[in-house]
Amino acid sequence: MKIFRAIGLTLLFLLTTLSSSGAAEADLRALIAKFATAADFSETGVIVRELTATGDPAVERPLAALAEGNLYIRAADSMVFVGKEGSDSIQLFDPLSGEAAGEASADDLTQIGVNNTLRRTIRDALGTLTLGSKDPTVRIAAANTMFKTPDAANVEPLDAAIASETVASVKALLEQARGASILVSDKPDADKLAAIALIGARGDRNAVSLLTSVEANASGAVKEAATATIASINSTLAFWDAGQNIWYGISLGSVLLLAAIGLAITFGVMGVINMAHGEMVMLGAYTTFVVQQVIRTSFPGLFDWSLVIALPLAFLVAALVGLAIERGIIRFLYGRPLETLLATWGVSLILQQAVRTIFGPTNQEVGNPSWMSGSFDIGQLAITWNRLWILVFALAAFIVLLYVMKRTPWGLQMRAVTANRRMAASMGIKTPWVDALTFALGSGIAGIAGVALSQIDNVSPNLGRGYIIDSFMVVVFGGVGNLWGTLVGAFSLGIVNKFLEPYAGAVLGKIVVLVLIILFIQKRPRGLFALKGRAVEA
Amino acid sequence: MRGNFAKITKILSAGVVAAGLLASAPAKAAEDTIKVGILHSLSGTMAISETTLKDVMLMLIDEQNAKGGLLGKKLEAVVVDPASNWPLFAEKARELISKDRVAAVFGCWTSVSRKSVLPVFSELDNILFYPVQYEGEESERNVFYTGAAPNQQAIPAVDYLMSADGGSVKRWVLEGTDYVYPRTTNKILEAYLKSKGVPAEDIMVNYTPFGFSDWQTEVSAIKKFGSAGKKTAVVSTVNGDANVPFYKELGNQGIKAEDIPVMAFSVGEEELAGLDTKPLVGHLAAWNYFESVNTPENKKFIADWHKFIKNNKRTTNDPMEAHYIGFNMWVKAVQKAGTTDPDKVIDAMVGVSVPNLTGGYSTMMPNHHITKPVLIGEIQANGQFQTVSKTPGLVMGDEWSDYLPDSKDLISDWRAPLSCGNFNVKTGKCGGKGTN
Repeated sequence: MKIFRAIGLTLLFLLTTLSSSGAAEADLRALIAKFATAADFSETGVIVRELTATGDPAVERPLAALAEGNLYIRAADSMVFVGKEGSDSIQLFDPLSGEAAGEASADDLTQIGVNNTLRRTIRDALGTLTLGSKDPTVRIAAANTMFKTPDAANVEPLDAAIASETVASVKALLEQARGASILVSDKPDADKLAAIALIGARGDRNAVSLLTSVEANASGAVKEAATATIASINSTLAFWDAGQNIWYGISLGSVLLLAAIGLAITFGVMGVINMAHGEMVMLGAYTTFVVQQVIRTSFPGLFDWSLVIALPLAFLVAALVGLAIERGIIRFLYGRPLETLLATWGVSLILQQAVRTIFGPTNQEVGNPSWMSGSFDIGQLAITWNRLWILVFALAAFIVLLYVMKRTPWGLQMRAVTANRRMAASMGIKTPWVDALTFALGSGIAGIAGVALSQIDNVSPNLGRGYIIDSFMVVVFGGVGNLWGTLVGAFSLGIVNKFLEPYAGAVLGKIVVLVLIILFIQKRPRGLFALKGRAVEA
Repeated sequence: MRGNFAKITKILSAGVVAAGLLASAPAKAAEDTIKVGILHSLSGTMAISETTLKDVMLMLIDEQNAKGGLLGKKLEAVVVDPASNWPLFAEKARELISKDRVAAVFGCWTSVSRKSVLPVFSELDNILFYPVQYEGEESERNVFYTGAAPNQQAIPAVDYLMSADGGSVKRWVLEGTDYVYPRTTNKILEAYLKSKGVPAEDIMVNYTPFGFSDWQTEVSAIKKFGSAGKKTAVVSTVNGDANVPFYKELGNQGIKAEDIPVMAFSVGEEELAGLDTKPLVGHLAAWNYFESVNTPENKKFIADWHKFIKNNKRTTNDPMEAHYIGFNMWVKAVQKAGTTDPDKVIDAMVGVSVPNLTGGYSTMMPNHHITKPVLIGEIQANGQFQTVSKTPGLVMGDEWSDYLPDSKDLISDWRAPLSCGNFNVKTGKCGGKGTN
């Protein structure tokens, strides 16, 4: 096995430009054909291992396809093909050469099933086979795989790969993978100690994971070194954990801010207890869904732009619904908070049921554009792109809103009407229209919050329910009528919540936060940033 | 003018609130039909799951009528909407039985809704078919449990993960929503794992609130717990709406099924429909039915369903199969008893055997639970499950778990002469109490 692999890798390094000989290819084809007769996952696994043992780089294509679930058997002649799903049929390709081999309907093909164990076997096998790839990202993936699943047999191929590696960062990863492999081999302790030092420098969870299993199986100096290294990595990781908590808190805060910022206008500035606020968020999310549906069917190329396109539309939809609610119901109820509460609660039920009737009660799929998927690392901190963009977006929405309120004539009128309605009216401001537009603005902002929240939450008729309590909490805590209060309130609640969660658990954490807010409101009934002056009493 | 408007809006707002409470009024029926009650939420938080079950019941009743009805009479569905409101479930159940005089009721999803209707069913002596997997620790004379008990879902799922095929898992995260089903199931699982020699430090239990949406801390805690050098898996009893953000966070933080698989008990085809499943390929679910099961019965069921609902993309799921089995059992028991009188039908139900959709027969046992196969499936890129393991035979639902100290001595047998749902074999008395 070891010899086969070594030979295969030598072939790989020296003869990458040459194709394998005819005889070898026939052997491979015979092996691949056996997939058609494999009865269960373990038999398929045996064939995978045989294919890997040939060490021929040509097996990468069928193995990768198998791992992806793209390897098919044609019922008619039990031939094995790599398949690519088209709109109504499956295009077939030769498993070795990759040449097109016609197409077939899904009914005539049987997919070769894979499970997690098989996928892992294939991943490890591909790790060894792709060490010599021309693409550095593939080599990085190979090095990482080999680091996670160390095998004493990997030392030699890794030595060869390190010798021929030219990119410094990839070389460092390869050396760590080699270190990991040495730790599970029967090499002398001196080599193992050097390997532990090398892996300790990596300083991440994978290193801890590897060293923990080494610690359990080793003795003497190696065990001591592993224990010491784990302790030192863990103490560094504790700092990163604190940083991670802060980031999670900021991220939760940005979600709270987005959800609450519209309410800061309708409830904070206008004083309307708007229970249908969450449904405005939901309408924004459904607008995103509709936009993505249209893009999927008509303009697939624009998918990455779907959120940008959805933003103005979501604002418009939610703002128009908000305008209708204000003109139709709320304007008759100013100054009667209890009735407003009941009426808007009713509106929220009507909107939910309307959406349920139109789109059905089940979740709708809203996809992540590619620039919002995945994560990147800063040190040991994993930051997901969607959370980062939501933070940027929340802050942008806040700044725009602040600008509108403080720097535009419309914002001035809004504030004038809230401060003293009669005086504003005598100065010639059309107060009913200012009311309507303010409410529409608050609803519209909730709509664009829906676009962002559709990326991290369910798009279902119940979407808004989850945010309404939190939104009120943020606005009341921050100080009714003060946008800055909403900002500070959202982020402080987010961070406190995320610091409590690891110790108290999510359920208790939430309860503790609620109790803290109740106590705080007892002390400062007007929230963090209370408005001063007569306006408050009105 | 203002006064008038205020009056109108007052009436309007009152009407709006009342609208939430009013259910669709049952249609006036011609005499000589057999009425079947459907008690599923069509509005509120649970509508997302329960509306489908109402639809599948209407389809089954339609099909039975097309076959000529039952005992020479047509069946008639009476649909009410308990609006995801637990006390309303009891009220609506009473209305169905006393006012509409239904012969049987198919309904409920959450355990708390079932608990809330139990007294109504025993007082008015009617039949409830409950189609959802649940925590066990219950056996009532008037209820037939067609969903899975913990030993028909949770235990085989854990067994699979412990096997070589499932990855020989040594370290366990039990992640659940904070209510009765996850808490009881996790209690059973913890006891079971410990009985298999898993040390306490290799089990992490964590609960989150209903509808939880910010999973960052939990997912990173799972990642941390999983980096102890032992193969780790997550057993998830996370409920409904909270699953989508949970899986999205798993995908974003790059937790792959090959490294830390997540085995879910409440995630079916319907839940996956709202998700991009490509980053989730390989995560697992344990059910008694998958839409992807390749049997003639299932193909026909799916085709009928698509035709009935007029949408080729609607998925089928496990609780739908449970209603399919439950309804057919009821029809057979009524034919056997020759009457729809609930008392006689309850006695006729035990031993009734009907085909399920996975290519076998399900039988109603004396404890009012049924026999089913247990399937383990892996999520595929197309939102379906691929069966990776199936129990060799049928598993009989065990209402009183053998792994809980309070219930291990209890059995249930509703046949005469025992006729007891909680018989303690140690004391020889009827009336034991389980864990809840």
